[in-house]
Amino acid sequence: MFTIFGVPSAALFGQLLIGLINGSFYALLSLGLAVIFGMLNIINFTHGAQYMLGALAAYLLLQYTGLGYWPSLIFAPIVVGLLGIVIERFFLQWLYKLDHLYGLLLTFGLALIIEGVSRHYFGTAGLPYALPDSLQGGHNLGFMFLPNYRVWVIVASATVCFSTWFVIERTRIGAYLRAATENPTLVRAFGINVPRMITLTYGFGAALAAFAGVMAAPIYNVSPNMGSELIIVVFAVVVIGGMGSILGAIITGFALGVVEGLTKVFFPEASSTVVFVIMAIVLLVRPSGLFGRRA
Amino acid sequence: MTERVVDPLTHSQSAWRTRSETIAFAIMVAALVVAPFITYPLFVMQAMCFALFACAFNLLIGYVGLLSFGHALYFGWASYVAAHAAKVWGLTPELAILTGTLTAVACGVIAGSLAIRRQGIYFAMTTLAFAQMMYFVALRVKFTGGEDGIQGVPRGHLFGLIDLRGESAMYVVVLIIFLAGFLLIYRIIHSPFGEVLKAIRENETRAISLGYKTDRYKLLAFVLSAGLAGLAGSTKAILLQIASLTDVNWPMSGEVVLMSLVGGLGTIFGPIVGSFVILAMEYKLAFLGEWVLVIQGVIFVACVLLFRRGIIGEIANWLRIRL
Amino acid sequence: MRKTLVLAALSAALLCGGANAQQINVKIGVLTDMASLYADDTGPGSVAAAKLAAQDFMKDHKNFKVEVVSADHQNKPDVATGIASKWFDVDNVDMITDVPTSSVALALMQVGAQKNKALIYSGPGSSDITGSKCNANTVHWTYDTWMLANGTGKAIVKNGGDSWFFITADYAFGHALERDTAAVVEANGGKVLGKVRAPINTSDFSSFLLQAQQSKAKIIGLANAGGDTINAIKQGAEFGIVASGQKFAGLLIFAPDIQALGLKAAQGLMFTETFYWDMNDGTRAWTKRWDKERNAPGKLPSMNMAGVYSGTLAYLEAVAAVGSTKDGKAVVDKMKTMTFKDPLFGTTTVRADGRGIHPAYLFEVKKPEESKYPGDLYKLRATIPANEAFRPLKDGGCSLVSG
Repeated sequence: MFTIFGVPSAALFGQLLIGLINGSFYALLSLGLAVIFGMLNIINFTHGAQYMLGALAAYLLLQYTGLGYWPSLIFAPIVVGLLGIVIERFFLQWLYKLDHLYGLLLTFGLALIIEGVSRHYFGTAGLPYALPDSLQGGHNLGFMFLPNYRVWVIVASATVCFSTWFVIERTRIGAYLRAATENPTLVRAFGINVPRMITLTYGFGAALAAFAGVMAAPIYNVSPNMGSELIIVVFAVVVIGGMGSILGAIITGFALGVVEGLTKVFFPEASSTVVFVIMAIVLLVRPSGLFGRRA
Repeated sequence: MTERVVDPLTHSQSAWRTRSETIAFAIMVAALVVAPFITYPLFVMQAMCFALFACAFNLLIGYVGLLSFGHALYFGWASYVAAHAAKVWGLTPELAILTGTLTAVACGVIAGSLAIRRQGIYFAMTTLAFAQMMYFVALRVKFTGGEDGIQGVPRGHLFGLIDLRGESAMYVVVLIIFLAGFLLIYRIIHSPFGEVLKAIRENETRAISLGYKTDRYKLLAFVLSAGLAGLAGSTKAILLQIASLTDVNWPMSGEVVLMSLVGGLGTIFGPIVGSFVILAMEYKLAFLGEWVLVIQGVIFVACVLLFRRGIIGEIANWLRIRL
Repeated sequence: MRKTLVLAALSAALLCGGANAQQINVKIGVLTDMASLYADDTGPGSVAAAKLAAQDFMKDHKNFKVEVVSADHQNKPDVATGIASKWFDVDNVDMITDVPTSSVALALMQVGAQKNKALIYSGPGSSDITGSKCNANTVHWTYDTWMLANGTGKAIVKNGGDSWFFITADYAFGHALERDTAAVVEANGGKVLGKVRAPINTSDFSSFLLQAQQSKAKIIGLANAGGDTINAIKQGAEFGIVASGQKFAGLLIFAPDIQALGLKAAQGLMFTETFYWDMNDGTRAWTKRWDKERNAPGKLPSMNMAGVYSGTLAYLEAVAAVGSTKDGKAVVDKMKTMTFKDPLFGTTTVRADGRGIHPAYLFEVKKPEESKYPGDLYKLRATIPANEAFRPLKDGGCSLVSG
């Protein structure tokens, strides 16, 4: 095999594949945030906490009802989505006419509360959650060992991401939603219940975050702090992709995974910083992000 | 900003407006002079450093309309440089603080000239990006001491004469620095320069059409804000004799937002009250352990929903004065 | 400020009088991490341990009144310094214990020395605390990075794990852990085949694990802590690391972390600790009492918490011998002359550099089918006697050690 910059090509392909898989996870994670900002103009700092709640719900479902991974993929997002609806109705709806800042601060405060309370009951070291039996093991591809679960991650993420994009950009209900955010008064005049759409959209965004959380539970440490570690990176992804653009967030997620993967091979110490360097460059060159609509 | 202190007063009452501020200033000075005899002096000094930091941050958000998410960069790096200057280069405290402040100014010029081009959430994200990059640099670079930070920073002798290890001498120094910084901010706000800033916040396009080079004004405000944050950070490094990673990390940026919000964004005295309140809460409630963060979250939520004007803002609104 | 002086004078007068009088008041401050990385390894569990120590001591010493206060230092050196200064200056705290996170512990040592109070550390890991940064007011209980590196590294190499690959958290502590362990591995005939530095708080280790797999090293050393270690091991199970013959060596890992992993992912993991709740009847009985005090079912005491109990008890015995808490250095000096026995660590002595030494144990995590009841996590592989477990006195570079 040949080497590139001193790294054998086999290793490189392995890292690229891993990068792609991680990218799909970033895309899934950013999706909820992009939907909420793109549709509702709310910067949802609670996203990380909702992701954590998804994983936590999966753990609790397993502990107390015996429901395993597959049912949790459905139930956990529903539970967290309902919680999201509650948050929107009780807290967020008062802030729409105000500056973005207040939505951000409110959701930040909510995240602190949710994470703090979870920490009190569950500690910080983490809770055990194992890989589902049907997805254990993997295949030796020659240049690396590819776990089955990671294949599932990329398949599920891609499916969910593109279905969401399709619904919002290509279907009638998505069109209503996009119209409602651009001109709510006019859309209401057509008889469409705009506040309800907004509430449901926020709930949907929260459910997406929780879905990502359940996907993460078997491979990442399930702990109340798991959201706050990832939230800043997720924000960077959404900002780079363009804060109004769903497709932007998806593509950026995948791309970032690959870039990060390559960084981990050639310059591993910088793999946390690279996303911010890219974000700064993108913001300076294309302020509305790569695919964004608003400046 | 769509929500600020409501100002029912017109130009003709400007004299009265200033008087309320003068009274408030007198009360504040009196309180700070008496404070060390009533409560723990170290706490008051720490609070003053944070108050200056919050005031510097508030200058940007309250009077220029720019939300900076990465103000910890200037605070933290100034404290690193000041700590290093005092400990390794052996500079006297006033020179160390000066060096730290100049570092913050330099950082402000670089970051500001790049970030100013954008507005709103994109400006905020750019500042956050820079702050996070500099956090990771601080984590790895040897001079910062990594996660140990720079410890054992000597208090030194002010001007080579006055020993700052005594609490009273240190207190006077911190008080003077705080008041000087505060008065500078006050002067900036109530000056022709300040009026242009407010005009830019209200309607930037109109300000440009009137012939003002708004980018230059914004950059200058940004640099001043960064420099004053740096002054706060440098003083804190000499006071607590330590410079660490917490000073450059994004929760620190978040904390200064909280302090300004609780005190009252866009008011002059708000950030000061806010920082004292938040710091006092952290001390008094430290025994509650993890609940402190939950309580901070509740305060965020409550302030945003119910007390958007913050403590000082509500008082000012109720008394129909400007604070 | 005047009030502080009056208070200080009063307390001094009281304490001076207390040497011969009936009542001796001691206030212990548990400064720990309540909400983040180390909250399950220390945190409220350490507070519970300190309270047990106070209770046990007061039972045998009726003229003592021991009070325990606690606070969260949030892993921030300045928050810790602020709280400690206030505790010492205003609240009459005599001794601070636990203090996880080495950067915080090192910062606090200056405060302790300045105000001449005692610091009994059980939480932090840095071997500099009894090495280049040592001072006369600090005692370091339970463990340090040298002990971990030596116990785990040496034992594993002797067991056949002679080729290593390190996954290191990219900050000073991670580097130190890697450096110390690599030195031990090489000194005992092993080889370090490679290393990779991962930023702290990395969630996804797949890329680094892939590199470790490709190195074909027998042992993958994890020079990191907390969530990083847990994530690396969990994902290692996913990538079939253990199944394909490589083993993990956890260089800084505690019982609560093993619980978080679950036995399926953690089985076979080897590491060194100085306490395990299920070692003998003494530890089991204490754990039952700790469980009641802690009141959070399902949790296990870590060696840090056990160290808080043991260290606090030792401190109190020294105070009883000296007669007062006023002079922190004097109490610490007294501790260096005494021998302490408790059911958790056996026998502990304190050296001139402040290092508390007691036996260390190499444990291996049981397979799921070997575990008979909840909490049955470890099997004992080797015991390292106290005088071999810790760095030799002369090698530390501590200024308190003459010659």
